[in-house]
Amino acid sequence: MFSLQEIKKSGIAAIWFMFLTFPIMVIRVNPLERTIQWRWENMLYVGIGVFAFSFLWREMLRRKEMGLKKKMQEDGSEKPGFLQKAAENPRLILPALGLVMGIALLFPHLVNPYQISIMTLALIYVVLGLGLNIVVGQAGLLNLGYVAFFAVGAYTYALLNKHFGLGFWACLPIGAGMAALFGILLALPILRLRGDYLAIVTLGFGEITRIVLENWGKFSGGPIGIRGIPRPDFFGMSFSLSEAIMYIYYLMIAAVILTIFVINRLQNSRLGRAWVALREDEIACQAMGIDKAKVKLSAFALGATWAGMAGVIFAGYNTYINPKSFTFMESVIILSIVVLGGMGSILGVVLGGLIMILLPEYLREVGHYRMLIFGAAMIIMMVFRPQGLIQSKRKAYEFQEDKGAA
Amino acid sequence: MLTIESINTYYGNIRALKNISIDIAQGEIVALIGANGAGKTTTLKSISGITPPRTGRIRFMGKEIQNAAPEKIVAMGLCHVPEGRHIFPQLSVMENLEMGAFLRRDKAEIKKDLDYIMSLFPILAQRRKQAGGTLSGGEQQMLAISRALMGRPKLLLLDEPSLGLAPLIIRQIFEIIEQINRSGTTIFLIEQNANLALKSSHRGYVMENGEITLTDTADKLLSNEDVKKAYLGI
Repeated sequence: MFSLQEIKKSGIAAIWFMFLTFPIMVIRVNPLERTIQWRWENMLYVGIGVFAFSFLWREMLRRKEMGLKKKMQEDGSEKPGFLQKAAENPRLILPALGLVMGIALLFPHLVNPYQISIMTLALIYVVLGLGLNIVVGQAGLLNLGYVAFFAVGAYTYALLNKHFGLGFWACLPIGAGMAALFGILLALPILRLRGDYLAIVTLGFGEITRIVLENWGKFSGGPIGIRGIPRPDFFGMSFSLSEAIMYIYYLMIAAVILTIFVINRLQNSRLGRAWVALREDEIACQAMGIDKAKVKLSAFALGATWAGMAGVIFAGYNTYINPKSFTFMESVIILSIVVLGGMGSILGVVLGGLIMILLPEYLREVGHYRMLIFGAAMIIMMVFRPQGLIQSKRKAYEFQEDKGAA
Repeated sequence: MLTIESINTYYGNIRALKNISIDIAQGEIVALIGANGAGKTTTLKSISGITPPRTGRIRFMGKEIQNAAPEKIVAMGLCHVPEGRHIFPQLSVMENLEMGAFLRRDKAEIKKDLDYIMSLFPILAQRRKQAGGTLSGGEQQMLAISRALMGRPKLLLLDEPSLGLAPLIIRQIFEIIEQINRSGTTIFLIEQNANLALKSSHRGYVMENGEITLTDTADKLLSNEDVKKAYLGI
């Protein structure tokens, strides 16, 4: 393990990282005193750290390889990991579900409004992740502009409320519908694109939406945004601030449950199967008589619907929106939720959403390194667990094996 | 059953098919042979609507289909097994087969067809839960053919069923093709392996540079001097 070759490899890695981190770790410019401080000792720490870490890294890679070999069973299928097994064990599902529901319902009574607020935001991202999961995880269409639909929903509520005085509940379906419409509008010209090209066009779409919102001041209020959006009401009843926060939380819980229910049904439907087939092989899809255009359009539209709904709730939750909430970064975060959680897996995406939003909130002290940690976490995930936290498991369509019935 | 009347198919400005006319009658196995780039695959794609012809007519069961969308053509009972198999690699064998019956809603009949296919290809029954991508080339070809059969096609288009397979497996595949034909499915296949293709079929067409140069019964083509020299290597 400590052969000369390995030491050489680690040494090169250490030197490379010392070089890479040189500008941020060694040089410190003090603009007030106009001096430059050279912190050479940091370079040494980086070198030693990376040297040691690279051994650990290789050891872990080796373990992963060994693990894979062990996991391959006779029939060629992979043995599920612990989390996977727990997620699929039918005896555990009901109690676990009850426990989660109990915690979810009691949660706002145990913590302060700030915590509830963060949790609500995380749940909004869970819905976004689940929506994007349809497009990316199921249909395999990489969408980097997903936040645009989120913006469409939020602005639909804000503008309709400002100009026509429409309430939250009236705007919820309208926002979802508008987002679906935008989803179809985006999907129509790009039906023939795939992979990288699709990603670039959707990325452009997301940016266009943001830039329009930022610059069309008369329409959207420009960078200042729209203030004073009313919080959701309950049959005309309005709440005090702390009650409203709790109310939106419960609303979000309901929205997540609805989303999971609908998406789960969709996944196991004919349309869901067509999405999976489309992701796997387009040519074969055509040969099977699947209408490619219709399937792609439906994936984009249904994915966008959830973003629109989440957007309406987000506008009500924040009472204030501006284009800053709908940057490319948000698209990336939502996409990371899907990838981190496990493409196509509902439970994984829920878990991913909670982790991706809650962790940065609770680790605010190390906020400066947020993107750094984020990137590192993504790389580590891709190397050691590319299928995500919880791998998606399609419902197997097995016809029963009884000969007597036929 | 299928009548192609002087179709011309283009890729941009390039004319890939020049006035192709082909007739296929019910119950036949018809082979289209030719060298690389002759336009065999394009012919199939034109029939199944993936690259529709610019001019000319294609009639299937009395209806014109040259302008129909691929999924409509499949629904009419004309199924295309694409070159290179194109099975769904992540789906299990069973799920692949069920995708083949995507347009059908008669569950009891689907189950009957599944049983029939499992009896036709026992190896697929053994590997029903395995992911399609982990099958061997021959098994994948069997899966591709049986997946197409799940759509209950009246006419099956096979694009190079022997591509990249060992001679023993190829023979097995062709035996199955004949068996499928005997149970009532008309088959139109294109092949580089002219010898084997013609031995299994009733009639054949020879294609060169986008044109049909010769057509006859398979036996006569097999003994034709030109065909022998050009495609059979005798």
